[in-house]
Amino acid sequence: MAAVHGDAHGHEHDDHHPSGIMRWVKTTNHKDIGTMYLWFSFTMFMVGGFLAMGIRAELYQPGIQILEPELFNQFTTLHGLIMVFGAIMPAFVGFANWQVPMMIGAPDMAFARMNNWSFWLLPVAATMLVGSFFVPGGAAAGGWTFYPPLSAQGGIGVDLMIFSVHILGASSIMGSINIITTILNMRAPGMTLMKMPMFVWTWLITAYLLVLVMPVLAGVVTMLLTDRHFGTSFFNAAGGGDPVLFQHIFWFFGHPEVYIMILPAFGIVSEIIPTFSRKPLFGYSSMVYATASIAILSCVVWAHHMFTAGMPAVGQLFFMYATMLIAVPTAVKVFNWTATMWRGSMTFETPMLFSIGFIFLFVIGGFSGVICAIVPIDIQVQDTYYVIAHFHYVLVSGALFALFAGVYYWIPKWTGHMYSETLGKWHFWLSMFFFNMTFFVQHFLGLAGMPRRIPDYNLQFADFNMISSLGAFGFGLTQLLFLYLVIDCIRKGEKAPQMPWDGATTLEWTHLPSPAPYHTFETPPVIK
Amino acid sequence: MRSKLVATLAGVSTLALYSSLAVGSKYNFPEPQSIIARETYDQHIALLWICLAIFIAVFGVMFYSILKHRKSVGHKAANFHHSTTAEVVWTIIPCIILVVMALPATKTVIAMKDTSGPDITIKATGYQWMWGYDYLQGEGEGISFYSKLSTPRAQIENKEPKGENYLLEVDNRVVVPVGKKVRVIITANDVLHAWSVPALGVKQDAIPGFIRDTWFTADNPGIYRGQCSELCGKDHGYMPIVVEVMAANDYAQWVAAQTKSATIKTSMHIENK
Repeated sequence: MAAVHGDAHGHEHDDHHPSGIMRWVKTTNHKDIGTMYLWFSFTMFMVGGFLAMGIRAELYQPGIQILEPELFNQFTTLHGLIMVFGAIMPAFVGFANWQVPMMIGAPDMAFARMNNWSFWLLPVAATMLVGSFFVPGGAAAGGWTFYPPLSAQGGIGVDLMIFSVHILGASSIMGSINIITTILNMRAPGMTLMKMPMFVWTWLITAYLLVLVMPVLAGVVTMLLTDRHFGTSFFNAAGGGDPVLFQHIFWFFGHPEVYIMILPAFGIVSEIIPTFSRKPLFGYSSMVYATASIAILSCVVWAHHMFTAGMPAVGQLFFMYATMLIAVPTAVKVFNWTATMWRGSMTFETPMLFSIGFIFLFVIGGFSGVICAIVPIDIQVQDTYYVIAHFHYVLVSGALFALFAGVYYWIPKWTGHMYSETLGKWHFWLSMFFFNMTFFVQHFLGLAGMPRRIPDYNLQFADFNMISSLGAFGFGLTQLLFLYLVIDCIRKGEKAPQMPWDGATTLEWTHLPSPAPYHTFETPPVIK
Repeated sequence: MRSKLVATLAGVSTLALYSSLAVGSKYNFPEPQSIIARETYDQHIALLWICLAIFIAVFGVMFYSILKHRKSVGHKAANFHHSTTAEVVWTIIPCIILVVMALPATKTVIAMKDTSGPDITIKATGYQWMWGYDYLQGEGEGISFYSKLSTPRAQIENKEPKGENYLLEVDNRVVVPVGKKVRVIITANDVLHAWSVPALGVKQDAIPGFIRDTWFTADNPGIYRGQCSELCGKDHGYMPIVVEVMAANDYAQWVAAQTKSATIKTSMHIENK
């Protein structure tokens, strides 16, 4: 350990350590790039959150008050796209950048320069996406799934969205190739695949999923583009095409995509639960196999998003059974986390609270997922608020809560400062309360038949919508507390020790001081 | 131990009471009015019970652990981290539960797909932003009309108080007889729409250039409302579906009245194809 310390300090003087704006523009350092990814995704989270506030403000009461229907549709569309492609995915890539090299004992990512490029594509794409609000005709308004023929109707905003998705896709593909190469080639001597931390495992599998499906997304948006401008008819029945073809291709990307957003979350939680239970992760190998099974199954279930599009009974039954099967490895994960906590010696700092909150709410989202998998029930709830509630339970209290847990867990290592535990706990409990206030009632709205993507509704839906909107405003404000907390931690947080958590066992805690030096593991540690 | 059991029983019975009260309330699906809707409703309730049982089992263990196995009460960490038996057991049990869930659903899926032998066939066409209906076969064959939102603009703009069926009312309802198998052929003229009536257990996307179908047999006379359920542009929220189910003789009268004015209707009907 001492050798590593000396190494890091010894190099600091002759380090080329640029400062100012050019440090960030030209950097090839995985930590700098990870930081930029995280701040970028937080910014996008704020933009997407602003759109969500607009949506909930309009839905606060029946009638049209704030957003005209067309603008409302633009808000829902961009809210979805920005949160998925701008907030959640880049945040996980930010975690991968910071953590993967440190957790496997590598000095940096395998393709450092490409890493810079894959980050700097993001602001370009985001500018196009957000900027599309200000072009004639406004932003894309066909939903984040942009089904044709509706998406063939929009103006230049739709084209900007298509190009933006292209660029984001290119960035993701480069990012994942980088992560795969880093993990497969740059592990410290002695770290076999089955000794890798779970977070690294989940990202390895996620990266393969990304490489598999992002080109499919790029393909489908390109087909849409040529349908719009170059006279093709992939999705136009009048020219011999089929609008449903788009849905098949889109969801062949789209369903693995939801696991792309949740598998790294599983990884983060699988690091945190053992640390704060002071007990090794239960069933490590079964966790690895479960993750891999989820990834493989996720590629053969896409048409469960299309049960109302109409398909033969055999098709519906196949996709129903396959979808239900995903519940098995997911359940195995939950049981393993529970077994990890069982007879541990638990403490409940903010990362642990968010992780337990994650399991608790993700399981509710998992239950509604199984319910949605049952074809007859899905046909009732398809395109209603029930589905909105379901996927916010897995994406907000799933992916986002895990991201928060990860930030609290690793921020001492990143900044060298401790965050305020009191504020962290406030952030957790307020998020928990307002999240459920926002989304739990949406299950009832959906069951009662309120369709999604409508700016106005019948009076029978009024009280739940009001509760939901109030919850959403509370949830939005609570996230400003998180911003304050992070800035406060960076500026004047208490000095963090190398190992602030008792039970942590991964390399960044056992081998590196806090904050982690600019360059780490120039000489790899040896894993026994 | 005893008090825990009492508390659990009290909890379960409250939930049972709650779920029976929930029938027909705004916490659940609308009161089912067809065999498919009824089966769906029952399966949903059954699934909720199964989920609740799993939820209590899993989080019972987890929260017991959170209470007892914490550092602040001086619990020392054990060091076990693997058990193949446990992994096998908790892989097999969910599989069995899933089979139990899938069996009734499979039967319903097959029943939903059986659109053969209808008494009446109606074609529903989605337009931006209204529905067109053509009675193709059975009693009422030849009837054809459009069905548009009838809620006044002033209510939407908050200039008038909103009525009970705000946004769920149309100028011309789809009228069908009670107890007859109605096959609905669904398509669209411009973009995707979806024809949905929750109480009758039907929802089917309307796809331009393609025909899909679904069916229902309404159990009771009444008026059942639904909304377009696939984003179709700016007025997606303003194209409801209203089905009026009538007794056989009322339906015959309705058909007679419609047929009388059929000549006028036909000349008004603009064919888009």
